[in-house]
Amino acid sequence: MELQLRGITKRFPGVLANDRVDLTVRPGEILGLLGENGAGKTTLMNILYGLYSADEGEILVDGVPRTFSGPGDAIAAGIGMVHQHFMLVPVFTVTENVVLGVEPTRGPGIINMRQARRDVAEISSKYGLEVDPDALIESIPVGVQQRVEIIKVLFRDAEVLVFDEPTAVLTPQEVEEFFGILRGLRDAGKAIVFITHKLKEVLEISDRICVLRRGRTVGERAPGEVDEATLAEMMVGRPVELVVQKAPARPGEVVLEVDDLMVFDDRDHPRVKGVTMSVRAGEIVGVAGVQGNGQTELVEALTGMRHPFSGAIRVLGEVVTRESPRGYHQRHVAHVPEDRQRAGLVLGFTVAENLILDSYYGEPFSHWIRMDWDAIRGTGRRLVEEYDIRTPSIEIPVSNLSGGNQQKVIVAREFSRDVRLIIASQPTRGLDVGSIEYIHERIIRQRDTGAAVVIVSTELDEVMALADRLLVMFGGRIVADLDPTSVTSAQVGLYMAGATP
Amino acid sequence: MTAPATVVRSPAEIRRARRLGITYIVLAAFVLWVFGMGSLGEGSATFKLVRPTDRFKDFPDLVLPAAGIAFVIAAALAAFGGIQLTRGFKKLSNVVLAVGFILFIFAFLAWAAAGSSFSLVGMLDESVKRSVPIAMGALAGVMCERVAVINIAIEGMLLGGAFVAAIVGSQFGSFWALVGATMVGVVLAWVLAVLAVRYRVDQIIVGVVINVFVLGLTSFISQRILNQNPHLNNATLLRPIKIPLLGDIPFFGQILFQQNIFVFAMFILVAVMTYSLFHTKWGLRSRAVGEHPKAADTLGVNVYRYRYLNVMMGGAIAGFGGAFYIQGSVGRFDENMTAGKGFVGLAAMIFGRWHPVGAMAAALVFGFADSIQGKLAILKVPIPSEFLLMAPYLATIIVVAGVVGRARPPAADGQPYVKE
Repeated sequence: MELQLRGITKRFPGVLANDRVDLTVRPGEILGLLGENGAGKTTLMNILYGLYSADEGEILVDGVPRTFSGPGDAIAAGIGMVHQHFMLVPVFTVTENVVLGVEPTRGPGIINMRQARRDVAEISSKYGLEVDPDALIESIPVGVQQRVEIIKVLFRDAEVLVFDEPTAVLTPQEVEEFFGILRGLRDAGKAIVFITHKLKEVLEISDRICVLRRGRTVGERAPGEVDEATLAEMMVGRPVELVVQKAPARPGEVVLEVDDLMVFDDRDHPRVKGVTMSVRAGEIVGVAGVQGNGQTELVEALTGMRHPFSGAIRVLGEVVTRESPRGYHQRHVAHVPEDRQRAGLVLGFTVAENLILDSYYGEPFSHWIRMDWDAIRGTGRRLVEEYDIRTPSIEIPVSNLSGGNQQKVIVAREFSRDVRLIIASQPTRGLDVGSIEYIHERIIRQRDTGAAVVIVSTELDEVMALADRLLVMFGGRIVADLDPTSVTSAQVGLYMAGATP
Repeated sequence: MTAPATVVRSPAEIRRARRLGITYIVLAAFVLWVFGMGSLGEGSATFKLVRPTDRFKDFPDLVLPAAGIAFVIAAALAAFGGIQLTRGFKKLSNVVLAVGFILFIFAFLAWAAAGSSFSLVGMLDESVKRSVPIAMGALAGVMCERVAVINIAIEGMLLGGAFVAAIVGSQFGSFWALVGATMVGVVLAWVLAVLAVRYRVDQIIVGVVINVFVLGLTSFISQRILNQNPHLNNATLLRPIKIPLLGDIPFFGQILFQQNIFVFAMFILVAVMTYSLFHTKWGLRSRAVGEHPKAADTLGVNVYRYRYLNVMMGGAIAGFGGAFYIQGSVGRFDENMTAGKGFVGLAAMIFGRWHPVGAMAAALVFGFADSIQGKLAILKVPIPSEFLLMAPYLATIIVVAGVVGRARPPAADGQPYVKE
């Protein structure tokens, strides 16, 4: 089945998300759709899947124009989508998730579970997608969950399969496995759209690459005729520095010491199970790992947001295990949180207010019970200037800023004082290439002025590039302490998957 | 790819185990001192297991030495506490808790009935009856919350159902009363659904408003019209139906198989709902809508339609349950006669972990707590009756506060679904 998008245009208030986009995908090929966050990839696919309706343009299936008023129509037309955030019900079994919406029945409305299970097993063996049909989704690893999503799509007889950022949650080994599955599907005659912002992956797997920038298609290339730098330039619109420039680290005194730390999450599951580590002044320690292996809870414990169950944390020799976030702040610890919109900013507050969120309570921003707005505005203006935050005014809500500029607000607030330890979690997630460069540069500058830095990120390439020492976290433990210059990402990937080579 | 199987007990689990263990010990001491010492020399407690009208009316009574029973039960509770504190009961802990609870109640009854006789069958029969509106409310709650709509308005639906059942029943007979009560529930639920699902108004506020509205309206009409026209508020009761053979079983037959249709409807509804929720298309989709509406939507399941449909079915159950107050109980409407049973129903739903069987079991416990005070007044127990009236609500608070471990509601519970 051939699928064609012609002149698709979609406007949101104030944004042109898609601007006359043309796209064709044929059976037996993998089309890579490359673009930065906010380039309009996901919007385009949601239009294709009937979740949004296009303002202009048409969708043709085998040359016939079709309109989809909901996902049901798209599914019926043979289009299947694997969403970036999996659409699986955690408390259901694999089989229940697969058949939801198209349940095989015996008698009026009664689900024929035996047949459903058989169908799932059949698809999984036909395409080499190994799963246990009776396992609960919440008890299986992310890589397997992704296979369930693929089975779900195949169960609905999809001919065109769309994958939205499918590798974001996978280890390098799982990515390889996933690519094998993709090739198998292609060879079985399916048409595949692979949406990503990762240059390396799109070059490896695609038969054709289509680049989107600011809602428009800016070009189509075969993977043989381009390299990463060219693609990056097409994607961003200017030449981009792909490697991080930094001088060798000169580690000094120990700043952070963590001793046999154990942390539980909100649902009372142990997530950090005995972590011991130390970080010195002037070095960047990267913590790599697949999402959900305890990094979130570790960071929360290291910044006072969650009290550890046992173990000890020392900053500059002082025990801070059960300190509040303010206690950490007063000991010169900076925190760049994982979820910037929920933990880093008050979205309804202005840029200036967000810039003093950590220190509003004392001089010079307040005197006794009175806020000193002149001092606050003065600091706001100075930091906006110094950290190149692109905002029309310091008096507008921070929610009006782009993701990159929101992150700069956090970085400006956290780095603009005497900082001895920086805990940064996913510091560049979802940012455009320009902002990523900027944040990296700032972090390295802090290191060079003598701060100890901990970077927690699920983007392996990022931690490898930034870190002077690389720790790998798996199952709530540190399973490896590596020198990033002497290991390959494949080796790190093995540790991330829990294997011990 | 699986994490190493280390068994680590979380701080909350440890706390809960310790708390439970201490509770057992305290209960054991209480049983020993108050019930055991208190009934020394009071003689035996006689429990009647059949009624004089039963076919096997000569079935023997249960006669037990009150003090002796208390000592045995105190020892058992102390043993539970000891095991809980040292080894723990692991998966059986809730079963043991239930057994401990029943033993405690039994010791209490033996103490209260020491030296006299007490109709156990009568009290359990009363418990089942009193649990009907609570169970109906709980089942209505399950219906709504499984699709993630919180229905605080169950209280109002019960009351509205009772009100309409009284008026319609007085004029057109019991059948139409039940139909009318059910329809009122559906209409109120429809209002809730429109506001909560379509307009995404805060569900708690909508529910409270419906409750206040129904209470105000029914009280007003009751004072202004029903009081002057008693013939509008004089419905006939539905007689108990005795199921052949089963109804003759001593003790159990009386409690379970000689009841009015509301009790049977409760049992049937629990069975039908349990099967439907876990074995049909409707059930799978409803649960998906409550757990992860977006996933359901991307698979072509109409989230709004399921929410409307289930909320209205929940309303039908609650409205029908309201009719119990009239056709199944007293025959006439009184102001605010539901007296918060709808809320107790919601507690039963949580206690029962959003499962129909659990919800009914919890409702039976609350019904029991409710009936106990009526019966004990007769035995001249030295506890103020006001305190006994509090018993069901006290039980509710203890239960909802997490004595049975933290239950997990449907993941999307209470959140309106916004289609992009």
